[in-house]
Amino acid sequence: MNEPSAVATSSSLLYAAREEIYPRKVKGTFRRLKWAALIVLLGLYYGAPWLRWDRGAGAPDQALLVDMPGRRAYFFMIEIWPQEVYYLTGLLILAAIGLFLITALAGRVWCGFTCPQTVWTDLFMWVERLIEGDRPARMALDRAPLSPAKALKRTAKHLAWLGLAFATGGAWIMYFADAPTLLREFFVGRASAEVYGFTALFTATTYVLAGFAREQVCIYMCPWPRIQGAMFDEHSLIVTYEDWRGEPRGGAKHGQSFEGRGHCVDCGLCVQVCPTGVDIRQGLQMACIGCALCVDACNSIMPRFGLPKNLIAYDSIANQAARMKGDPPRVRWLRPRTVAYTAILLVVGAAMAAGLVGRTRAEVHVIADRAPLFVRLSDGDLRNGYTVKILNMERADKEFRLEVAGISGATLTIPGFVAEERTAAALPVKADSVGTFRVFVRARPDRLEGRAREIVFAATDESDGRAYRRANVFNGP
Amino acid sequence: MANVEKDTVTGTDTTGHQWDGIKELNNPLPRWWLYVLYATIVWSVGYWVVYPAWPSLSSYTKGVLGYSSRAEMEKDVAAARKAQESWRAKLAAAPIAEIVKDKDLLVYATAGGKAVFAENCQPCHGAGGAGRPGGYPVLADDDWLWGGAPEEILATVRFGVRSGHKDARASEMPRFGEQLKADEIRVLADHVLSLSGKGAKSDTGVKLFEENCIACHGDDGKGNKDLGTPNLADGIWLLGGTRETIAAQIATPRHGVMPAWEGRLDPVALKMVAAYIHALGGGK
Repeated sequence: MNEPSAVATSSSLLYAAREEIYPRKVKGTFRRLKWAALIVLLGLYYGAPWLRWDRGAGAPDQALLVDMPGRRAYFFMIEIWPQEVYYLTGLLILAAIGLFLITALAGRVWCGFTCPQTVWTDLFMWVERLIEGDRPARMALDRAPLSPAKALKRTAKHLAWLGLAFATGGAWIMYFADAPTLLREFFVGRASAEVYGFTALFTATTYVLAGFAREQVCIYMCPWPRIQGAMFDEHSLIVTYEDWRGEPRGGAKHGQSFEGRGHCVDCGLCVQVCPTGVDIRQGLQMACIGCALCVDACNSIMPRFGLPKNLIAYDSIANQAARMKGDPPRVRWLRPRTVAYTAILLVVGAAMAAGLVGRTRAEVHVIADRAPLFVRLSDGDLRNGYTVKILNMERADKEFRLEVAGISGATLTIPGFVAEERTAAALPVKADSVGTFRVFVRARPDRLEGRAREIVFAATDESDGRAYRRANVFNGP
Repeated sequence: MANVEKDTVTGTDTTGHQWDGIKELNNPLPRWWLYVLYATIVWSVGYWVVYPAWPSLSSYTKGVLGYSSRAEMEKDVAAARKAQESWRAKLAAAPIAEIVKDKDLLVYATAGGKAVFAENCQPCHGAGGAGRPGGYPVLADDDWLWGGAPEEILATVRFGVRSGHKDARASEMPRFGEQLKADEIRVLADHVLSLSGKGAKSDTGVKLFEENCIACHGDDGKGNKDLGTPNLADGIWLLGGTRETIAAQIATPRHGVMPAWEGRLDPVALKMVAAYIHALGGGK
């Protein structure tokens, strides 16, 4: 049934204006952790493209490089060809499962400490605090009428933000070309339109997302907060409030007795320091990114009243229940879901490592002609045409000996390389490239025994004797 | 509104809508989200202004940028043609025999020739020169009526076979049905088959062959590419290799026709397609 139970409300209630958040400066363990994470992660991001790695002559010497036009990706000693992109898939699977595991164990540490949105927002807030002052000063500045001083502060802030955003966008492109060369080209105006375009795009997104959108990204745009509820259980470490100890809350004076009332002095500091503006005392909620700055805030207040710390704490639901009853808290790291995530992580990691260690640096691919399927020659022999591609993924010119097996007496000719019928051919393949050869295989029809037969192409690397094989079909009437 | 109902569990307002007892909670959308929607609408209006958008009865609004995907494509084609120019100049200058020996030129010529072949030759000769039964020769084998050297292939492509062009390849086999008796033709067909080791050899057959055939097909029946006479001593038969089809060809010969491509294709395209055919596997 479709019966309105009440008169439809005013449409203005269907949209909510964003409430400006003015996070207050805070000191403590988790704040120090966040600074450490920020410095390490930004250092990696800005510094990694400048690491050098010698791969020999003719090869790029950048440790981390995704060469799109050249169709290669480089990661230190590993070079990836396009068909090996499944290693990237493997990395993404590892990242996803790793995220599940860390969330099951320690809550939203990704969101609170390492997510780019969090890191850059933190950086932008730091700049904002430097220029405009802490929470009360910023609130006052927002309310104040426009004045030269206000305009100056605002201009300085946005210029600083744009500078940071530009550095962010400018660093991103360094992963896709030789960083020192690109930097030079960029500033003399000789880089490609794509480079300038992507720099502008990432500058704009950084500026908007970290300067303005901030917690709106976490609450409205990001799918992860909605998914991560499924990763939690009662043993996951999350930011908690001991409401059994804190309530009923109320204002308090120094030295007063807390008999018969809760420990929460309702100073509101936990809300004021929160970068997403939530009140953690209402319990776990989607907008909480788990950065634990409210823990730092509360722990700075509790000792002043002679109260035990960790009224707001990084703890699990199960521990909170235990503490309420007076039982000893216990962290259970080993749980079915954490064991399962770890097992998947290990299996995928091992499979990837095995694949990487065991991968060959040469391959043979054979494409049989679709038309004609076979050709009858004057002397009655049958001939099939193939395109043979030999991939030489090493940084050295190589010679491969190509042979066919599976049909006795079969011979081959390769236009441009082997003019006379032979049983084997020596084919040169340049370093880090694909050699493509037209190969005609000739056989007597009676060797086919009246049907299409399997034929195996083997290319032997003359330098180390390793053979790379690929089966195909020899067709006859 | 005064009578907004609150959900008792979450404390959230409801929208007042109820479906089968389930009440819709009012979690308001952020207002900027709505503004993003408006911005996309404004953006789309911008498209109408700068790009072709609205149809009229006989035309459409062109947009201030004057963009057209056809013009874009023509620009790309012109750029591609310009990029081809240096190669085309080299191909125009080099004789076909040199093109097939030069690896770089050959790669370019066969790639271009493949497209020319697909557009012009494939309907009769099949993809990859596979041929078709009933008189469309296989171009990928090593048996050539008019020669399989690069310049011979190029001449056949340019002037055609019995095409009416003054330089066309032309030959005509007489209708032996008017000169020989039916049983003589059968014996002769048997003898022709015996040249490739299949039919019965006979003295009458030898005599008939010497009297009627060797002038064009040669003493050993191996044909003559200058006359376009097929090799009768191999396993390849343009019009069928059974006694009946051979007898029919002796009595009332059929002659295929291939058009001349000179004039229809430019000289470079002719060279490219000849190089491509030469590379199909049977080129001499």
